[in-house]
Amino acid sequence: MYPTLSHEEILRYSRHLLIPDVGLEGQRKLKAASVLVIGTGGLGSPVSLYLAAAGVGRIGLVDYDVVDASNLQRQVIHGTQSIGDLKVESARQRLLDLNPDIQVEVYNEPFTSANAMRIASDYDLLVDGTDNFPTRYLTNDVCVLLGKPNVYGSIFRFEGQVSVFDARRGPCYRCLFPEPPPPGLVPSCAEGGVLGVLPGTIGTLQATEALKLILGIGEPLIGKLLLYNALDMSFEFVKLRKNPRCKVCSPEPEVTELIDYEAFCGVPGHDRDEGEVGGGWDIAASDLAKRLKVGNHIRLIDVREPHELEISHLEGAQLIPLGQLAARLSELDSAQEIVLFCKSGTRSARALELLLSAGFRKVKNLKGGINAWAREVDPRLPIY
Amino acid sequence: MQTLRIPTPLRSYTDGRSEVNVSGRTIAEAMQDLTAHYPDLRPHLFNEEGNLRPFVNLFLNQEDIRSLQGLETPLKEDDRLMIIPSIAGG
Ligand SMILES: [Zn+2]
Repeated sequence: MYPTLSHEEILRYSRHLLIPDVGLEGQRKLKAASVLVIGTGGLGSPVSLYLAAAGVGRIGLVDYDVVDASNLQRQVIHGTQSIGDLKVESARQRLLDLNPDIQVEVYNEPFTSANAMRIASDYDLLVDGTDNFPTRYLTNDVCVLLGKPNVYGSIFRFEGQVSVFDARRGPCYRCLFPEPPPPGLVPSCAEGGVLGVLPGTIGTLQATEALKLILGIGEPLIGKLLLYNALDMSFEFVKLRKNPRCKVCSPEPEVTELIDYEAFCGVPGHDRDEGEVGGGWDIAASDLAKRLKVGNHIRLIDVREPHELEISHLEGAQLIPLGQLAARLSELDSAQEIVLFCKSGTRSARALELLLSAGFRKVKNLKGGINAWAREVDPRLPIY
Repeated sequence: MQTLRIPTPLRSYTDGRSEVNVSGRTIAEAMQDLTAHYPDLRPHLFNEEGNLRPFVNLFLNQEDIRSLQGLETPLKEDDRLMIIPSIAGG
């Protein structure tokens, strides 16, 4: 039986109770429901805020990050006061302020193959609000293996995708994306940016789908993918079908337990732009400053995009955006010492690999990018 | 003539265009036409052997071309093709 509602709850949810499709019974279903939200960032913010406001009885939040000033342009669950605080704690406080009648359980840890089944098994459905490919494949496989719906949302710059993957009733994430893109091909939000309101649009659509699933009303986005573009203000749908050879949800699956998703995707399970190459190919900002000061002839190559120069730039650096580097190698001299840099070191790490494979050896990656230079060498530059 | 929708991550290879006109009797021909106009797109869609990369999702009028006849699917006038990107932001 579904739990009853107090007088206070009846008043709080009055606008739900007035809708015949929700009503008292629907509201009691919401109170009995539990939803695990993976990530308390751009998508997780609106998802968890609206689920909490709607009266979903138990909300789980998984995140291991702390609130950073650069999050607040879109992660509306956090505030300036909570910069530096654990995201899950900041989010819990906000959700309980919004609705003290619900339970909020927090998991201040990365969602990994080691803990995912244990955490997820306790919830009715999962909402994928992560920011990286490994955790998306992990969330999918957990849902398939546990037989739970996965309310999927994903964003990039002005574009978003939404679907409900429920392998019992339709396709899964792997049916659509059997393989991740090669590392570095698709820029992440930390590298490529994202319009702040975009996760608001996509996250509220995810919250809508989660509520519909709990209430058992309407047509869930099972077997359909919504493609949203903010610039065109376009909403388009495509049909998704179960892949009869899907590695995880076909009748004879290859994947029957969780795997190493970072190895599968070839990238780390987070979207922090903190590039370093390792293997002695990095140079710290302070070391570079010392070497330039004593007159070393070092060619500085900035692999960012032209519009980023306005934010900050290094004296004497030459701009060759990463996308053009392969075609402009002839402008570089492999006999001369080269230091590559970008915002935080991720794109320049990729540029370095490109130069290494082209036979360059006297080349280094500025660890932490121009932001590290701003922190360690020249505080007149802003960090972005 | 058909139209093809270009997703945001690939628009830097199509002079920023979100939609381009292509023409072909099959999807393969239309894609050939596309990459002839925008050669920088080619490595993002096809591997060295000329096969569609496995992470590239091509849809024809809302249907995954894998559930049709793949690249050999015949095209009609005014058909609409879409490339659906893998994006992971959140
Ligand atoms: Zn599947």
